[in-house]
Amino acid sequence: MSLTEGPIVTAADLAGNGVYGDDPDGDGKFGIFGGRFVPEALIPALDEVAAEYEKAKTDEEFLREFDHLLRTYAGRPTTLTEVPRFAEHAGGARIVLKREDLTHTGAHKINNVLGQALLTRRLGKTRVIAETGAGQHGVATATAAALLGLECVIYMGAVDCERQALNVARMKLLGATVVPVTNGSQTLKDAINEAFRDWVTNVDRTHYLFGTVAGPHPFPEIVRDFARIIGVEARRQILELTGRLPDAVCAAVGGGSNAIGIFHAFIGDEGVRLYGYEAAGHGLESGEHALTLTAGSVGVLHGARTYVLQDEEGQTIESHSISAGLDYPGVGPEHAWLKDSGRAVYEGITDAEAMEAFALLARTEGIIPAIESSHALAGALKLGRELGPEATILVNLSGRGDKDMGTAMKYFNL
Amino acid sequence: MTTLQTVFSKARAENRAALVGYLPAGFPTKDGAVAAATAMVEAGCDVIEIGLPYSDPLMDGPTIQDAVHRSLENGTRIADVMRTVEGVAKTGAATLVMTYWNPIDRYGATRFARDLANAGGVGTITPDLTPEESGVWLQESKDAGIDTVFLVAPSSTEDRIGKVAKICTGFVYAASLMGVTGARESVGSAAEGLVARTRQHTSLPVCVGLGVGTGAQAAEVAAYADGVIVGSAFIRRLLDAPDEASGLASVRELAAELAAGVRR
Repeated sequence: MSLTEGPIVTAADLAGNGVYGDDPDGDGKFGIFGGRFVPEALIPALDEVAAEYEKAKTDEEFLREFDHLLRTYAGRPTTLTEVPRFAEHAGGARIVLKREDLTHTGAHKINNVLGQALLTRRLGKTRVIAETGAGQHGVATATAAALLGLECVIYMGAVDCERQALNVARMKLLGATVVPVTNGSQTLKDAINEAFRDWVTNVDRTHYLFGTVAGPHPFPEIVRDFARIIGVEARRQILELTGRLPDAVCAAVGGGSNAIGIFHAFIGDEGVRLYGYEAAGHGLESGEHALTLTAGSVGVLHGARTYVLQDEEGQTIESHSISAGLDYPGVGPEHAWLKDSGRAVYEGITDAEAMEAFALLARTEGIIPAIESSHALAGALKLGRELGPEATILVNLSGRGDKDMGTAMKYFNL
Repeated sequence: MTTLQTVFSKARAENRAALVGYLPAGFPTKDGAVAAATAMVEAGCDVIEIGLPYSDPLMDGPTIQDAVHRSLENGTRIADVMRTVEGVAKTGAATLVMTYWNPIDRYGATRFARDLANAGGVGTITPDLTPEESGVWLQESKDAGIDTVFLVAPSSTEDRIGKVAKICTGFVYAASLMGVTGARESVGSAAEGLVARTRQHTSLPVCVGLGVGTGAQAAEVAAYADGVIVGSAFIRRLLDAPDEASGLASVRELAAELAAGVRR
């Protein structure tokens, strides 16, 4: 890989300039999706973040600093790993993994967090807050806060705190305050509500370090841009490895940051199919799932118009997934737009299918993936059988499975 | 039906501020909400805001969250919200609905505006609908003949206050502080300045909410605002009451104290 030479992140990588896909319009819309549905009190803060980011993304010093942290702290570039023994179960298609699980803190979340932590410093703010589902974004935020000396408060659903106790301990060790959220469904959506409440109260000294490509403008754009490095690297790497672009790119979709991160560099490549896999939980019919794009309807949640799991009166329906990171009844507005425009295809993977892929990758390749990422792996298994042995499939292995061992022990009776 | 215009001219004629009370529909029960709002009107509230209970109330503090949660557990639907409005409007108070945008969006803006007007409601307060996204709702509200109230905050720039004030009818809601709903020890010091700044952009009445819960605070706010908005303090009275009758008595007592406050 030649990526050890030259900068990892260039202004073009962040700004996109139409090369990698479309930026939202002036009101922060992707087609009809996105925008801002927030209390007026937060508008100045969102404007401030947007303005500072506009400056930062073409600022040499900011890019150099971000690049330096990605390289020397996060461990970028991450490698590609071809997984032939796993691929035998996918009809013989070639499967290549983008190893975000090998980054510092063990998931793709670190990319966005380092970018936004640097942005926090530019904003002159001393405190960051964040929501977390699986705990990966919380750990990443606590890590960046420790690195840059920022005060850090993480909101996490009480149910998730229990499911991901190890990550709670990690955050505490990193110096963060973890606040268990006990209202509503006590999962990610309620943690986001609580983080917004904190933000509106403490906005003068606090940056809300949003963890996914959802929420009000400019978060979907900023988080995407900082995660875009995944696809930018992967596109160069797979061309070097195979001499051509992949037939398909697969990623898991909860809020959608890892998926947008790897999709974005390929949006202009018409021959590359983009597949996002949502959590089907116990299956669509069971009603216990997180199939926002495949079974939801258009609504407003957490400040943006997007697909939402909601009843006929607009009340949010609680989602379900074995994976805390995908257990979210909304999704990033750009995914809603990619779905409606037909550029990306979204399908569901059940808990059982994901856990089968989880165990299969461990057994055949010696890699224990996050359960979130296992949804993408399960998708690739299906897709490989469909596309046949000539196909090459790139999968975003967005995180590692260490945090999921409790769930795995229970599920597999280990 | 009493309009907001009538309320504010009457209050102005009496040289006082209007008293605005908030309660979510379906809390403490569906009928209990109408009874509590009626007691509030009888004891001096000029305007009642009926909250539409929503699963993700990200601008609300713990007291309203708790009440809304109970209301949803009681099975409150939008039809119940409309019935509550109908019951409260009969008391002679100008009755509004306060709601996050998604329930209106999903129910259908045309249908919501029409049903609210038919129930005797005079308008809506939509705390998460910004001027940029308000086009559809402004048109539907105009067609149905109901008012549209939006919020300004201490953080609002002159430009934003101008944009918000321009789309308000009825009154402008000034949030007294940066934060979520809930009674506090003191009303934000930023409130008076915000009201003054808002008056530069509009001749509409400006009402202050967030953090007001006592007669003394109501008097303080009434000195510079056209209306005083109280929500969580009423809910707190109902939550703390051992039974419905004492809850009603307690709410009545608070409304009387606040009504005396706005007349000081």
